[in-house]
Amino acid sequence: MIGAGKIKQYANVLDKPLSRGRQEVSLSAFAFLFSELVQYNQTRVDNIAELERRLEDAGYAVGARVLELLCHREKGNRRETRLLGILSFVHSTVWKVLFGKVADSLEKGTEHEDEYMISEKELLVNRFISIPKDMGTFNCGAFVAGIVKVRMGYDLAVFHWLFVTSISSNWPKLNKLLFLEKGVLDGAGFPAVVTAHFVPVEGQHRPRTTILIKFAEEVLQREARLG
Amino acid sequence: MANTACFIIVSRNDIPIYEAEVGSAPKKEEAAHKHQFILHAALDIVQDLAWTTSAMFLKAVDRFNDLVVSVYVTAGHTRLMLLHDSRNEDGIKSFFQEVHELYVKILLNPLYLPGSRITSSHFDTKVRALARKYL
Repeated sequence: MIGAGKIKQYANVLDKPLSRGRQEVSLSAFAFLFSELVQYNQTRVDNIAELERRLEDAGYAVGARVLELLCHREKGNRRETRLLGILSFVHSTVWKVLFGKVADSLEKGTEHEDEYMISEKELLVNRFISIPKDMGTFNCGAFVAGIVKVRMGYDLAVFHWLFVTSISSNWPKLNKLLFLEKGVLDGAGFPAVVTAHFVPVEGQHRPRTTILIKFAEEVLQREARLG
Repeated sequence: MANTACFIIVSRNDIPIYEAEVGSAPKKEEAAHKHQFILHAALDIVQDLAWTTSAMFLKAVDRFNDLVVSVYVTAGHTRLMLLHDSRNEDGIKSFFQEVHELYVKILLNPLYLPGSRITSSHFDTKVRALARKYL
């Protein structure tokens, strides 16, 4: 193990000081690990929706921790209580720590008040992944049902009623990363439906990835109340 | 050290995940029940207050006779609640901040499921030591 000799050994995780987040990990090592995660889950599912759910859950666990850690470390123990605040927290702070840069753009949806989009030209987790054609055809309804069912039956951790909407797109979707965000938003008290989509860009070979965030009604109501 | 002090951590789904009587008063069972009851009653107030400020430490949110409830809400809406009879706000704030750091360390453990009970005996020992130091 590289560097194993340099690391001080602690008897318990509670004695060890929190990481300051300066270390970086190699991209190839991460890509390898992530590909293993996808492959592992793929052998345990029958359909795409199930695969998406498993990857969501894996990301959710990361998101819940990242939120708590970053608010403690980077924000000096301030919480986010406003919608725009939490969005820019995700867009800049979270993105920077996870991917080394802020996200390419953060936009408000034009059609619906409650939708926001974070776009990235080349998302780190998608960099070495191309989706085979046969995975692009799956039933959108099953996907929605999957999310609702999961959230109702899955852990007691998420009691929030999810406001689910189906989003149709001709592009194959694989919601890989989405729960990185979802973990953060949900944990911070902003329940939302978060989905990842590929959006074709003119003149470019690869589509960009857009993370669509649709907030639950209660979030908007609270936002209106806070003024 | 405070005479009476009861410390609990409540997960974001309102499930207590850690409880400790950290006061120096002799332990009585009915007192422990009473403390739990008061702390539970304060949860509603916390829910409203948490959205009015971005600070984590909400100071004293509720009182019952001579007992005061102080609350600290983390980014993930885990609530650290302390029922106490002392008036040492700075000490309580420091106590919360240090316990918060311990909680983050527990949470970062991949084997700990967020929202489940904290059973680590190290955590318990450290929380009690912090209570002796600050309260």
